[in-house]
Amino acid sequence: MHLETKPESEFEEPKASLAQQSGSVAGVRAFRPLTPRRLVFICVMLLVALFVAVVIALRMGTFPISIREIVTTLFNGAIGRRAEIPSDYWLVVFGLRLPRIALGILVGAALSTAGAGYQALLRNPLADPYVLGVSSGAALGAIISLIVAPRVPGLIQLAAFVGAVATIAVVYFLGRRGGQLDSGTLLLAGIVTASFLSAVIMFLMTTLSGRDLRGMSFWLMGDLAAPPSVNMGWLYFLLAIGIGTIYGTAADLNLILTGEQEARHLGVNVNRVKLVVYLAASILTGLAVSVSGAIGFLGLLVPHVMRMMFGTDYRVLIPTSAIGGAILIVLADTLARTVVAPTELPVGAMTAIAGAPLFIYLMRRRVR
Amino acid sequence: MSAVAGSSGMASVAAAAEPRLRVEQASFAYAATDKSAPKFTLGPITFEAQKHELIAILGPNASGKSTLLGLLAGMHAPLAGRIALDSTEISKLDARERAQRIALVHQESELLFPLRVWEYVLQGRYPYGRRLRFESEEDCLMAGNALAQVGADALRDRWMDQLSGGEKQRVILARALAQQPLLLLLDEPTQHLDIGGKVELLRRLRKLTAEQRYTVLVVTHELNLAAEFSDRIVLLHKGKCLRAGTPAEVYDRAALEEVFEAPLEVEMRANGRPRVTVHGSEHG
Repeated sequence: MHLETKPESEFEEPKASLAQQSGSVAGVRAFRPLTPRRLVFICVMLLVALFVAVVIALRMGTFPISIREIVTTLFNGAIGRRAEIPSDYWLVVFGLRLPRIALGILVGAALSTAGAGYQALLRNPLADPYVLGVSSGAALGAIISLIVAPRVPGLIQLAAFVGAVATIAVVYFLGRRGGQLDSGTLLLAGIVTASFLSAVIMFLMTTLSGRDLRGMSFWLMGDLAAPPSVNMGWLYFLLAIGIGTIYGTAADLNLILTGEQEARHLGVNVNRVKLVVYLAASILTGLAVSVSGAIGFLGLLVPHVMRMMFGTDYRVLIPTSAIGGAILIVLADTLARTVVAPTELPVGAMTAIAGAPLFIYLMRRRVR
Repeated sequence: MSAVAGSSGMASVAAAAEPRLRVEQASFAYAATDKSAPKFTLGPITFEAQKHELIAILGPNASGKSTLLGLLAGMHAPLAGRIALDSTEISKLDARERAQRIALVHQESELLFPLRVWEYVLQGRYPYGRRLRFESEEDCLMAGNALAQVGADALRDRWMDQLSGGEKQRVILARALAQQPLLLLLDEPTQHLDIGGKVELLRRLRKLTAEQRYTVLVVTHELNLAAEFSDRIVLLHKGKCLRAGTPAEVYDRAALEEVFEAPLEVEMRANGRPRVTVHGSEHG
């Protein structure tokens, strides 16, 4: 065993050796780091897909309206030429279908981003607001606020947020084993918490059935049929804050996902990032549940599909999950409205039909 | 919790004469709660490391190796004493500055989602990035260079979870090198490697230390590998620094037997490096 020491004169700073070694640009090109350009390109493509989904959703329904008429109506509406739109088209597109679609986009984006956030926060690929019981906690908070003070604007969102924050805290502590977060225990804690909270919701709904609290299936399954009592602009403002906040930590989340300790050594303030994501994901869940009830599996389904399509980088995953969630729920709600027409299914039933098998698949693949 | 700070003005004047790393009477204590008596105390420990040096931190389990590593990595500040890297106290660097100067190679951790090797190595560039940390051309060059330094160029497009133990170890090392650290800390890097992998890794570290600007500190159990490859050795025992110096100075039979609680034999080889064998085996 001889030592391969070199004299001091051959000492090279990394930068100097770099120029010699990597003369081939091809070697560098093999790294395909995310560029802002590629990010924008992906998002624009998805937004186009969302627009197509919206047009399909506007087209489907009992009142017949052609795609061409929809596009003309949307165009005229967008540039403010309301006079040129037939009044029944105006009513169907802007009065009935578009508000419901806008609500769906809000809920889909919020739940999908929250799911991606919880997955990083809890280091668990199966995390989802519904599976973890967070949606049920938010629903219970919302119902209690409706019982206590039904007329205060914005209170329902606040109460749903508080419910979400409290539930995830409880599930987090129940999910620990010997001071460590255990993946299986965490999911079990979430599922048990969810069914307990659902039982409380059923109890409240049954004993207070005379009051206007929306239907039981709204809170337990999720539904987009009822328009929210608060201004949509305000809800979208909250959505932007929640997604923007999580997006601000995207690079940190990438490192946390490869190991918290390592992330610390690379200079990430892990505790701050976790707190920020925890609060923002809870805001998003509370926001979605307060207007649509507990729609399940979206936060699981969408981030995983986006990972398959665009990779695991959170700088891509957060915006694509938001748009993808919107696309998925707009399509799911269109199906929910039309497959058993003239009645409707709750949209939560549609997402559960697609999401539950995926959950089982992912769980089995992990266990192997 | 206060560290005895040296005058920073004086320090910068004396920078030329300063060693890369200076650990002066550093000590630390763990306690279950703030009020209870400490469960474990470390130090005071004193040693120095120069540029181009490979230092082995040696000791049995629970001798304070990991605690010392934590202090060197700036994870906690020493209770007393001073740990300075190029005259700057490590505990006074902010997280970003620290990550640009000190890299710690862990025992591998489980990845939650599959990652390509190049993505993993690029993460080492995090301390140099801005807000959303889109990687620059320079970051890619540095990461590519780091991969080349550990001889893992060909692995670039492989998935992390499909690498062998030795390959993974090299890629993890490459991520640390991508940080362009002054101080490279390795926590029992040879643990999961076979003897060929161990020798390969230590040779590589030896080479990197000689050719590049790093100072390397390796925490290990391996007496003979440490003796063969390190410039100096810090021998820890029950939280105290028992000896520090060249392998020949540190490898004293009585001291090693006390520390490792085993009958050992130390023989000096022709190249000036000692070799340790277990004594008991000959007597049955």
